[in-house]
Amino acid sequence: MIPVVTALTVGDVVAEASFALTRDSLVRYAGASGDFNPIHYRDDVAQSVGLSGVLAHGMLTMGLAVQPVVDWAGDPARVVDYQVRFTRPVFVDAAAGATVAVVAKVGAVDPEALIARIDLTVTFNGATVLGKAQARVNLA
Amino acid sequence: MSVNPELQGRVFPPVAPYLVGREKVREFSRAVFATNPINHDPEAARAAGHHDVVAPPTFAVVVQEATLAQLLAEPDGGIDFTRVVHGDQRFSYTRPIIAGDELTATLAVTSIKSLGGHSMVTAESTIVDAAGAHVVTAISTLVVRGDE
Repeated sequence: MIPVVTALTVGDVVAEASFALTRDSLVRYAGASGDFNPIHYRDDVAQSVGLSGVLAHGMLTMGLAVQPVVDWAGDPARVVDYQVRFTRPVFVDAAAGATVAVVAKVGAVDPEALIARIDLTVTFNGATVLGKAQARVNLA
Repeated sequence: MSVNPELQGRVFPPVAPYLVGREKVREFSRAVFATNPINHDPEAARAAGHHDVVAPPTFAVVVQEATLAQLLAEPDGGIDFTRVVHGDQRFSYTRPIIAGDELTATLAVTSIKSLGGHSMVTAESTIVDAAGAHVVTAISTLVVRGDE
């Protein structure tokens, strides 16, 4: 079922999800993406550049944050434009991991182009980690 | 060393073509928690009108990566990798990336700005298919921290 663009109202929550990240998730993303920057798997390297410890790849956070939108839209091909600003790190504790929460709301609707702009609020430890996180979804 | 302002407007030679493998799409999908069957199952993808599995929206970063490596390696660029922080990222698609695509990326530096001692470098990688048709443009803004 494709969401009906004319039935959307700005501010509607269309999807919510939370993601439990572990160090395993970061190793998996490193391998899948080819981004082997050691700040994403070595605490000593992260600390040597002034971080408190290993942090998630920004691109991992960006990649998972859009998944609730994909599932709402029904097809990954419907996401025609996606942008974020990386504003805060997601530190992933070796034992406890990290939980990233995503709320997806309708930000704007273009009923003629059949495009909805979905705005994402992405938080870790109660603070947003992405700014201006917006996905344009083709609902034609 | 600081970022060379003459990088602005520079267009790099295209990088070697990237062949999108079905298993790579599945591997990347698992890594970004993409569970939609269209990302994993060719039958589900075909039922949705695609000829093979569809890559997640951020998969283009894998293709873009070689172009950013070009930028960081540019001899007169003055970009110290150890001072680079990823600021912004955007993907604008004409059509989705599908397993089997052969993609070629070309980097252009569209803007260099100074802000409070830091440099903001905006790099745009235009990604086309084997027929030369546009698939996606990946835009990164890199923040290069100035000398402390």
